[in-house]
Amino acid sequence: MTSIDQRVTNFIRENFLFSDQATPLSPTDSLMEAGLIDSTGVLELVAFLEQEFGIVMADAEIVPANLDTIAGIAAYVAGKQSAAKAA
Amino acid sequence: MCGIAGYFGDVQPETKGRALLGAMIGAIRHRGPDGFGVLAEDGVGLAHARLSIIDLAAGAQPMASADGRLEITFNGEIFNYVELRAELVASGHRFLTHSDTEVILELYAAMGPACVERLNGDFAFAIWDRSRRTLFAARDRMGVRPFFHTTRNGVLWFASEVKALLAVPGVSAELDPIALDQIFTFWFPLAPRTAFRDISELPPGHTLIATPSGVSIRRYWALDYPDAADADGLDQRPETVIAGDVRALLEDAARIRLRADVQVGSYLSGGLDSSLVTAMARNEVSERLRTFSVGFESPEYDEAGQQIEMVRALGTEHSSIVCTAADIGRAMPDVIRATERPILRTSPAPLFRLSGLVRDSGFKVVLTGEGADEVFAGYDIFKEAKVRRFAARNPSSAWRPLLLQRLYPYLPRLQNQPQAFLQSFFGRGAEDAGDPLFSHLPRFRTTAGAKLFYSAEMRQNLAGYSAMDELRSLLPERFAKWHPLSQAQYLEAGHLLPGYILSSQGDRVAMAHAVEGRFPFLDHRVVEFASRIPPRLKLRSLREKHILREAAAPLLPKTIANRVKQPYRAPEVAPFVGAAAPPYVADRLAPGAIGASGLFDSVAVGRLTAKVARQGEVGFKDNMAFLGVLTTQLWLDAFAPSAASAQPPAVAAA
Repeated sequence: MTSIDQRVTNFIRENFLFSDQATPLSPTDSLMEAGLIDSTGVLELVAFLEQEFGIVMADAEIVPANLDTIAGIAAYVAGKQSAAKAA
Repeated sequence: MCGIAGYFGDVQPETKGRALLGAMIGAIRHRGPDGFGVLAEDGVGLAHARLSIIDLAAGAQPMASADGRLEITFNGEIFNYVELRAELVASGHRFLTHSDTEVILELYAAMGPACVERLNGDFAFAIWDRSRRTLFAARDRMGVRPFFHTTRNGVLWFASEVKALLAVPGVSAELDPIALDQIFTFWFPLAPRTAFRDISELPPGHTLIATPSGVSIRRYWALDYPDAADADGLDQRPETVIAGDVRALLEDAARIRLRADVQVGSYLSGGLDSSLVTAMARNEVSERLRTFSVGFESPEYDEAGQQIEMVRALGTEHSSIVCTAADIGRAMPDVIRATERPILRTSPAPLFRLSGLVRDSGFKVVLTGEGADEVFAGYDIFKEAKVRRFAARNPSSAWRPLLLQRLYPYLPRLQNQPQAFLQSFFGRGAEDAGDPLFSHLPRFRTTAGAKLFYSAEMRQNLAGYSAMDELRSLLPERFAKWHPLSQAQYLEAGHLLPGYILSSQGDRVAMAHAVEGRFPFLDHRVVEFASRIPPRLKLRSLREKHILREAAAPLLPKTIANRVKQPYRAPEVAPFVGAAAPPYVADRLAPGAIGASGLFDSVAVGRLTAKVARQGEVGFKDNMAFLGVLTTQLWLDAFAPSAASAQPPAVAAA
């Protein structure tokens, strides 16, 4: 099974970047500053994470700290998953 | 309202000139199906396709002056021709007709090129001055009527639409990549650039003089605003006095725009602007006013309830048409043939349908409320910029960005936005605060998302070019001294208005059905007066068009005068996806077709198309990118089918 950040990267490439030819996507690039996610794109991202990783995001968790970089997203998702297992 | 075409230079023999004029004017006959005329003589040719509106019997063109010295081909209307004619008669000028066309001729005879400063109207014309062997052309101040030109082998060719120029041997359609990059930033190319390489438009408020020694283009009018620091530059009188003057000016602007020898109708969307125009027109005409509107299936876009309320209140005879997603999909290739450029919104399509309704109802002329949002600050982008500036002054404030959610109550997708993200998207203000394009940066950046789909060749061609930098370099010297609201208004009224609203969404889609729009809010007296109204009276707190609402209050039901602006929007991608999608979509977006045009990356376009098809509804950025790619492909199909197999075009000097 591919790692979380790989799956997230693939999703972002397919859905926000569309192309493989453009500049490389680093795990710490700000997705908003790069213009990759517009003001409605975040909803698509949240929908993907919930479906792909079987998590539910609370409103308070939908913040740039959790969603603005691939590394941030991967850490957030991993945290949610381990919290679910522990529960 | 009509179509014009012509040339200046040596085209031999005259029979060839006449045949070319026939071909040119034939290409734009939709603009004037009531009559044709051509004039070809040594060194010049003029052609005209007529839509008869004033002096139906004697207004044929090209028209000669009474002394035979001048000839004119003219598209548009001079609304103050009655007053100008009386003045000219008093000073000894002789008239053969009662047309506004002849008034331009005599005014030019009296004043020369300065005649344009006396004209109150929407016009594009060319006058052949035989004795001076000079061609004089001019375009109205706000850019209502179009004028395109190109020079080939020393001959200047001009016309109301590019398709007439394409009838000239040696003039072919090639997409200008810089124009495409500008469209993928602003929604339109920066005048004089057009989507067509080596074909220019005469910018609004400019004249063109062609003599045997060359062509000179000059600005005769410019949008201007007072310095923010100069209190005396602003109209400091009490609000009620200013509102009264606005009302009186608008009433006069509407009154002279009802001058026609055919019945004038009115568009009625149900919003403040068209309701006010309709109310003013209703008070001027003796017969029952005819009104027209377009509606949508989805309640997200439809304003039918408001329309019915206004129709009842004003007692007009109303016709409306529902524009379905399928209608938009079906119309889009025709719309692109009309706009002559790729577009990133579908909004011209419903107006294309609406002008068809007007024509089928036997009408040629309609008043519209267009222009009020630019002149009196009605657009959300003005409020958004104000809130962004407010938030930028104190970036750590948690509550300031909360205002953002109040900005777009009609956008369900935005209402569901987490607050922290809205803040991040709109809250980049601090670093942008010094940018002259501050008000428009979010829009331009979102639009520029369409550039993700460029092919490697396009990226290479455009390397080092920045559309935003070019716009910054074109801003007037005084721009930096204007109030932020004036700056934002300038970007709308000086660029988006002529570049998109009056062209792609205005003249081109109306004239495709031989319908002339008239715009009381764009009377230059109104525009000049409004520029001096203090910004705080236009956008009062977050109440848009405050002073206009005050001016309109006596003429409208309270509910209409106080209605919060609902922007005119149409379904964006729904018309092009799903089982009902028109066949041309798959055809034009197929990897082979994308690869052949060379402009876009076929893998990226494929992913976008799949996403749009899968979700049915996507964000602004994807909407615009999808439409931009699709309509560019349709543009190539309509104007440069051979480009489908050619190499991508190289970049012309910026």
